[in-house]
Amino acid sequence: MTGIAASSGFEARIGYWARSQKRYDTAFRLGTALFALLVLVLLGGVIVALVDGAAPALAKFKLGFLVTEEWNPVTDEFGALAPIYGTLVTSAIAMLIAVPISFGIALFITELCPPWLKRPIGTAIELLAGIPSIIYGIWGLFVLAPLLQETAQPLLIESLGSLPGVGFLFAGPPLGIGVFTAGLILAIMVLPFIASVMRDVFEAVPALLKESAYGLGATTWEVVWSVVLPYTRSGMMGGIMLGLGRALGETMAVTFVIGNAHRIHASLFAPGTTISAALANEFAEATTDIYLSSLVALGLILFLITFSVLVLAKLMLQRLQRGLGT
Amino acid sequence: MTRYQRRKLANQVALGLSLAATVCGLAWLAAILITLLTQGLSALTADLFTQMTPPPGSRGGLLNAIYGSFIMTALATLIGTPVGILAGTYLAEYSRGSRLAEVIRFINDILLSAPSIIVGLFVYEIVVVRVGHFSGWAGALALAIIVVPVVVRTTEDMLRLVPDSLREAAAALGAPKWRAVVQISYRAALQGIVTGIMLAVARISGETAPLLFTALNNQFWSTDLNAPMANLPVVIFQFALSPYSDWQSLAWGGALLITFVILTLNIGARVIASWSTVKR
Repeated sequence: MTGIAASSGFEARIGYWARSQKRYDTAFRLGTALFALLVLVLLGGVIVALVDGAAPALAKFKLGFLVTEEWNPVTDEFGALAPIYGTLVTSAIAMLIAVPISFGIALFITELCPPWLKRPIGTAIELLAGIPSIIYGIWGLFVLAPLLQETAQPLLIESLGSLPGVGFLFAGPPLGIGVFTAGLILAIMVLPFIASVMRDVFEAVPALLKESAYGLGATTWEVVWSVVLPYTRSGMMGGIMLGLGRALGETMAVTFVIGNAHRIHASLFAPGTTISAALANEFAEATTDIYLSSLVALGLILFLITFSVLVLAKLMLQRLQRGLGT
Repeated sequence: MTRYQRRKLANQVALGLSLAATVCGLAWLAAILITLLTQGLSALTADLFTQMTPPPGSRGGLLNAIYGSFIMTALATLIGTPVGILAGTYLAEYSRGSRLAEVIRFINDILLSAPSIIVGLFVYEIVVVRVGHFSGWAGALALAIIVVPVVVRTTEDMLRLVPDSLREAAAALGAPKWRAVVQISYRAALQGIVTGIMLAVARISGETAPLLFTALNNQFWSTDLNAPMANLPVVIFQFALSPYSDWQSLAWGGALLITFVILTLNIGARVIASWSTVKR
């Protein structure tokens, strides 16, 4: 008798235990799902908040906001053309410099480097990505800009400044700070991001493909050019776009060295501004509502540009992961 | 020149350029670190850690900024990490092959690379405008939003590395799923998750742009999270751009300090990752 009573008590306890565990399980699953959904809410919130903040400026200036160079806090006339131009030009300079260097670094690490050096070099390049934007800014302002002013810029102005066709890009006095310097700093900053994606996609190339090419007598460079590159094309583009996304939104480093002038100059050595630099510089002094709203509208434009670039980057990288390398 | 020689030459030129690119990348890192050391070491005095940020022309330190940065970074980590870990858990443990999870993962990766200044604007719009003033809380919230995607990503990646046989073993012993996650998956992926948190802390301790619109700055000692709060990055920004040499010197000292902390966190994260029981 006692044995049966004990076992039914045991079953009841087991049943109770199982039911409560089931409740915990559901709670845990729903809890984690809730926080995962928070990520979506966050993105939605950013869009809603920016659109809401930008609404007054967009209502006042309409689409003209995008194509007006005028930026005058005194008369409350605002147009985004100069910062948009600066953002695109500095990022373009950064890409022109960073992409070949990143490619070289990725190539070195995957194909050339002795195995014992791989980790230290990889780590060093990744540390470059860890250094915060503001450090690049202060370094750019006090070290790089004076250096460029004294050496590279006079040289470029001398040699390229008088060339027909492209000379206007290198005209004007060597100021040190300006669009070109901002582009160069951005290049250094995005280089580790691009290099590390490129390294990863290079390593994703099946050894069989490379070995087949080597077996046919190809040199290392020929293997990279004719086998690795075609196989990883979309992944490389993804890495480049990822770097571009970073460059477009980079703030502090650019703010230090670009000179903050709401003007569009043909010369790359002239001061300019970017969307993020304008935000960082002027937000605290934006006194009128329409000034503030115009700055938020700039933020919205930046968000839309980087969002599309990053979506493209992700899609290209996903294509590689699914094995459609080309 | 024979065809063979030409091919060999092209190979050597290409590989030489690749070596040059690597040296160039490493040279930037060295140049930045050397400048920081030469300019910053002289500013690293006891005053830096014991005095408040001074008005121009007088001596001082960065104590209030160091405190503010520390508090906001700690709060942001405390808010952002649990959110990130739970969201990452959902993606790795509960949503295999689900469409929703794919969307969340995609959006999270975009937030991971989104400009931090946008996060600052967002928090400005939803907190600072509503409350009516800049505050330490707003700063911590902005930094927490930056922490979340980093932690989500690393948590998910690390949990995915945990072999399914461990989960099956837990299930076979009758463990409910939540216990299997908490006691088996988390434990196996612990080093990886900690690495992710450290990288997130490293990332936010240098963030300047989002703090400009949220915590702003405070010249005085203040522990009030409802008031504008001093922080190292914004102080460095203001002091470096000022014409006063005392301020510039303090900016270099702060820059050296931040970089030292961040590089230590980065390297520490790598060391911890190398102890990990689950390997990539």
